[in-house]
Amino acid sequence: MTEHTVKSFGEQLEALSALVAQMGGLAEAQFAAAIEAIARRDSAAAERAVAGDARIDEVQQEIEDRALKLLALRQPMAVDLRETLAAVKTAAELERIGDLAKNIAKRALVLNREPPIRLTQSLARMGKASQNQLKEVLDAFTSRNAEEAEAVWNRDGEIDEIYNSLFRELLTYMMEDPRTIGLCTHLLFVAKNIERAGDHCTNIAEVVYHMVRAGHLANARPKADTTSETSVPYETHA
Amino acid sequence: MVESVLRLRSAAWPLVMGMIAGGAVVLFAGAGLFWALVALALAALLIAQFVTFQEPIRPAEEKADDPVAALPPMTRVLLDQLPIPVMLLDDDERVQFVNQSMRDVLGPGLDRKRASSVLRNPDVLAAIAEARRGFSANVPFSLPVPIERHFQAYVARISVSPPVTALLLHDLTVVRRSEQMRADFIANASHELRTPLAAVSGFIETLRGHAKEDEVARDQFLDIMGVEAARMRRLIEDLLSLTRIEMNEHVKPEGRIGLEGVVRQAANALKPLAAQDGITVVVDCQPGLPQVVGEHDELVQLFQNLIHNAIKYGQDNGKVQVILSRQDAVVAVAVRDDGEGISPGAIPRLTERFYRVDVKRSRERGGTGLGLAIVKHIVNRHQGRLSIESKLGVGSTFTVLLPVAPAETPAKSTQAEPVTEML
Repeated sequence: MTEHTVKSFGEQLEALSALVAQMGGLAEAQFAAAIEAIARRDSAAAERAVAGDARIDEVQQEIEDRALKLLALRQPMAVDLRETLAAVKTAAELERIGDLAKNIAKRALVLNREPPIRLTQSLARMGKASQNQLKEVLDAFTSRNAEEAEAVWNRDGEIDEIYNSLFRELLTYMMEDPRTIGLCTHLLFVAKNIERAGDHCTNIAEVVYHMVRAGHLANARPKADTTSETSVPYETHA
Repeated sequence: MVESVLRLRSAAWPLVMGMIAGGAVVLFAGAGLFWALVALALAALLIAQFVTFQEPIRPAEEKADDPVAALPPMTRVLLDQLPIPVMLLDDDERVQFVNQSMRDVLGPGLDRKRASSVLRNPDVLAAIAEARRGFSANVPFSLPVPIERHFQAYVARISVSPPVTALLLHDLTVVRRSEQMRADFIANASHELRTPLAAVSGFIETLRGHAKEDEVARDQFLDIMGVEAARMRRLIEDLLSLTRIEMNEHVKPEGRIGLEGVVRQAANALKPLAAQDGITVVVDCQPGLPQVVGEHDELVQLFQNLIHNAIKYGQDNGKVQVILSRQDAVVAVAVRDDGEGISPGAIPRLTERFYRVDVKRSRERGGTGLGLAIVKHIVNRHQGRLSIESKLGVGSTFTVLLPVAPAETPAKSTQAEPVTEML
């Protein structure tokens, strides 16, 4: 940590970061519960994930209040300013991940009333990949590690590809047996939500990179967002 | 705290000197004796204050700063060597001490960090906050990624002054895993065995019924039944080895091993099979390859699975190449076939259990749908990576990257150090 003439400023900033890490922990737990609900047909875990959302929103509010106070009273500069902004931005992304987890959990409650389908295992596996991204990007945030953030950012393509593959498989299922359309639509949304959660992790990675290096990752993104568009042709093709 | 006191003191000295000088000037310049005395008295007062100020503050600060340093050396060694992960926190929820087992679980670089940065689990953080208020707690939690682990965390206030909260972890991974594995095994086995079992029972019924006297049909049916039975056996074998590997996935492998021997052993075992399809297996090894950390049997199985796949999906009369090379801190083993390749959409899902690109073809070739899942789990356990590249019509390359074993005796040096301290 850099030295500050006013010690309590450094402490306030650190407390803000710690709060973001804490919020990250809440989002991780909620997302894990949602994936658990899908993988193990565990409705109790789904209820937990749905209930967890309120607490996340609360913490986000607190982070925003504190950051605002810091900006107004301390007028931070350079890395301090970036850290304050990073806290607000990361909190917003985490809040979205929480919402997605809640939505996945709600759908899990519906899925668990239907007969089991093997594809939920593929979804759970995709969920693990997103979970891993979330863990690593939060690790990068707490350890201020730009390389780690960049690695997370580069790995997002893998999740997109799993999503494309699942998307196609679900469409074939629905065409083969229209009775599964209801079920498969839920699975499709679950897959989409997991993929979105992965995207939010890359957003956090960009924030972390900017916080540490003051440069932007987005300018150099190697393959843009083509993966999300490759699924469209399958729609017309199917 | 210490720094701010120091800063104040260093700022105060010029002030004091200034006052003394001022007093002297006043005295010799002949201004009233009264004012000179007042200035000197003030200066003396200030000096006295700082002299008494600095004494009591130092020891108290040190004590609060590092309660662990105050422990007897033997206790510290004991804590560090304890196979139970231990973490000590102060009232700011900052890490004061972690032992080796805790570092193994959470990774390095934990000192002086906040608890919420190193252990984000909300239940554990809540328990730590409770402990600060004097309530000890006992909460289960898990680390779902990268390799799932389960713990029970005990959190308690062990000292009020200096304030210390202790966090102990009890590893429940093995227990929870064996429960899960059993459930998974039964689910997978019952689902996957259903198809071949149905086929076999169908043929038995036919043989008992109208095919009873038909010799040609009987031979044909018995052949099919034999194939199906063999498939069931393979499936059960694969499921068992997958279960075994998954059970140990969170335990780091201990042996050091040269990969060339492992790869050659795997390749030689499969040469007869390759010869049936007229395929040649070529092992190409860069000389002077460093050792990796790994378990012999698991690594043999890993490369056997990859080479077997390359033979299965390669062209007849083709070639399977296995290339070993060093890339910075990893040893790369690439298994390359000249088959028809895999479509890009299927690649990310290849290591999913029971995922098959082409169900019919996999069945024909005697695949169980578990080979690459096993590979993936072995690679995970060895903290390596698996990368798959494929071009339709050209072939596929499966590359396993395993970290080079560190120079020997890092574990021993940490043990030796505290012992000398004890003597």
